[in-house]
Amino acid sequence: MQLNARIPEGPIQDKWANRRFDLKLVAPHNRRRFEVIVVGTGLAGAAAAATLGAAGYHVKAFTYHDSTRRAHSIAAQGGINAAKDYHGEGDSIYRLFYDTVKGGDYRSREANVYRLAEVSNEIIDQCVAQGVPFAREYGGLLHNRSFGGAQVSRTFYARGQTGQQLLLGSYQALAREVGQGTVELFTHTEMLDVVVVDGRAAGIVVRDLETGAITSHSAHVVILATGGYSNAFYLSTNAMACNTTAIWRAHRKGALFANPAFTQIHPTCIPASDETQSKLTLMSESLRNDGRIWVSKTAGDHRAPAEIAEGERDYYLERRYPAYGNLTPRDVASRAAKVVVDEGKGVGELRNGVYLDFEEAIGRLGRDVIEARYGNLFEMYERITGEDPYRVPMRIYPAPHYTMGGLWVDYDLMSTIPGLFVAGEANFSDHGANRLGASALMQGLADGYFVLPYTVAGHLAGMLGEAPVPTTHPAFVAAVAEVEDRLGRLLVANGSRTVDWFHRELGKIMIEHCGMARSAEGLRQALAEIPPLREEFHRDVRVLGDNESMNQSLERAGRVIDFFELAELMCRDALYREESCGGHFRVEHQTPEGEALRNDDDFAHVAAWGWEGEGAEPSLTKEELEFESVALAQRSYK
Amino acid sequence: MDLTLRVWRQSGPGDKGRFEEYPAPGIASHMSFLEMLDIVNERLTLAGVEPIAFDHDCREGICGTCGLMIDGRPHGPWEGTATCQLHMREYHDGDTITIEPWRAKGFPHIKDLVVDRRAFDRIVEAGGYITVSAGSAPDANLIPIPKEAAEYAMDAAACIGCGACVAACPNGAAQLFVAAKYSHLSLLPQGQPERWSRAEAMVDTMEHYFGSCSNHGECEAACPKNISLDFIALLNRDYIRAKWKNRRLAGQS
Repeated sequence: MQLNARIPEGPIQDKWANRRFDLKLVAPHNRRRFEVIVVGTGLAGAAAAATLGAAGYHVKAFTYHDSTRRAHSIAAQGGINAAKDYHGEGDSIYRLFYDTVKGGDYRSREANVYRLAEVSNEIIDQCVAQGVPFAREYGGLLHNRSFGGAQVSRTFYARGQTGQQLLLGSYQALAREVGQGTVELFTHTEMLDVVVVDGRAAGIVVRDLETGAITSHSAHVVILATGGYSNAFYLSTNAMACNTTAIWRAHRKGALFANPAFTQIHPTCIPASDETQSKLTLMSESLRNDGRIWVSKTAGDHRAPAEIAEGERDYYLERRYPAYGNLTPRDVASRAAKVVVDEGKGVGELRNGVYLDFEEAIGRLGRDVIEARYGNLFEMYERITGEDPYRVPMRIYPAPHYTMGGLWVDYDLMSTIPGLFVAGEANFSDHGANRLGASALMQGLADGYFVLPYTVAGHLAGMLGEAPVPTTHPAFVAAVAEVEDRLGRLLVANGSRTVDWFHRELGKIMIEHCGMARSAEGLRQALAEIPPLREEFHRDVRVLGDNESMNQSLERAGRVIDFFELAELMCRDALYREESCGGHFRVEHQTPEGEALRNDDDFAHVAAWGWEGEGAEPSLTKEELEFESVALAQRSYK
Repeated sequence: MDLTLRVWRQSGPGDKGRFEEYPAPGIASHMSFLEMLDIVNERLTLAGVEPIAFDHDCREGICGTCGLMIDGRPHGPWEGTATCQLHMREYHDGDTITIEPWRAKGFPHIKDLVVDRRAFDRIVEAGGYITVSAGSAPDANLIPIPKEAAEYAMDAAACIGCGACVAACPNGAAQLFVAAKYSHLSLLPQGQPERWSRAEAMVDTMEHYFGSCSNHGECEAACPKNISLDFIALLNRDYIRAKWKNRRLAGQS
């Protein structure tokens, strides 16, 4: 297969304008003739569904939640980037673009990143107009703060609940369309397969989570905005239900999966307390604006933090990276924490964390200022740990958080299946090998509000006069039968272990061998361990209940099946990529100082994998990355 | 610690439902309440009993999916805390904990501890938004908003839509939820053009699904985000004003 990213001609700052001009339009009176399916109603999905609905298309939106306001976009804390330069710091679209390409360790597609930076300012305008209560200065204008990987303050925020407020903005926009009847909403409805007819996306198969009914829906285009797959690690900062099923099933139907090994481990999460831990809670990166990260200089030092004198502390980020200090990008900060914990300098009962200390900031700014900036985060920390971070330093440790990999898409966000578009975290396009803080919200809304409405219309324009494939088509019937069979087998296995047990075991393999530090040996071991565990799952899993009412074990079991297959592909991709870049750190490839060592000669490309059937080796297709605007360089945050 | 759970089991809307008692031995104090339920569910599964259905997702107190009536209090004993952030260090060896779903006419039962809260979305669909087409907004700094006003709107916007306010209310009223959404939008300059139609549409839709508010104030005490009753006063005032406001003159102020 040849991949054509369809990047527009012209200088980088003109590409998006050129594409928008070249794309065909659909006249308002023709829009209602087109059916659009949107799966997932987080930032990207809700924004796309609302915008396309308002434009006049007939939109069906699907979510497995009871309400579109529950999507995990809601949990993003810190903020959203934009190149407004409201504070005269020399920020610009070009600088945001440059920082994002550099932050992604030169593994993203330049043209996509430039467009993201270009529309970033419109996103802020849109959100303010919708009533998002961003933080303001006393004069009434918008306030900003800094995030990792940037030397300007370009992050807009709403307390520690920016994701919530932005999601509520797009949720309200979508609710308006649902109320007006332009969007038909299906809640508690989970997508379990994509239907492809004559090589084009024709619709989806879904399950009603309350009745178990399996039905199918057809449309002219299908948009997947179904989020990331960090729950392949079991413990992550993702919500419990986040899963890979939608994109994995699309992959099995022919969509290439790009850079699955590019996963982000977020440096500031609350460390796990024991085996029964069900998820890890993130503490916003914004805390690194004022918090100082340290451990004792001596391994095995179990004294209370207050007893460790200033001179005995190692502020290792400030020491190793004086220019960025505690605000180095996430991948760099995470690995540095792993280094000190592996040296036996970890803190807390399980020695599995590092300190994030606000004593100096409270002394400099006063408790009031710190409370105003981070009050809700401090409360959340105290509720979970029982420790007061105003008096005792927080304990933090990295945790799986975001997946830069995802379904391969071209410049228009269309996958290798024509008519199947992919937006937000579910696609691979904008963050390369590492995402900078406050860029996920930006990408979700950029894709949903400002990219898909143009590119989907351009695609639909060519289909005028065509009816969607009816759901009585044999391909739909076969897809429904396959889903019924998949679920039926889970219900009759009646083995001896729970779904969560298998998921935990898979997670242990993944975090050990495909986490922050990866080696060829470890990855081969993981690839040897996963298939037998997967087979054991199919043989020995126990799912009680039936498929006629709500069955949460059955929902989870279906998702874990797909995590097993994806996990293998993640390990395979990590093994293939003989270099270190961003969040992908192969221990064999590092500089003498322990920094990631890229191999631009052999790996300046996107690795896009194709499904070749169960048990078969996936096929590899490469998209070479061309850097015309940003010169490839070793990242330095020193 | 060893605990006993009394859990409401109900297979669906057609079932009458009943309390079942389950022992929960060996629970560690640092676990979250929902992790305790996970363990009980794993044990039930291995014992051949269908696990307890309960709603939850982000487990960091922001998505609003979780919501259990714990010993008669929505979200349990901790003030300003959603169920998922309640931790077991609250409990002691030998305790019995009673767990029920939200009970309100506006929230039809689905299964065990799960209820249908979609009536909330119907209220938002009726008017809980500001109409803006993508791309039509002016520069974000064009309209300054006093910091105090933005902060106050944010206090209201912090609502997570969990439904604890309805579950706590003796009338099954949704006034606090509606007041929070209404106030968030109507305290901001961007929310003014649709202010009066929003007040009427949201309240009228609310009345269709939920009971009427009689200022008990149980909702405020149960709210995991500490949303203030003051917003209900603001909503009620605006609802009455909306009845005589001449909307053709609304551009004058």
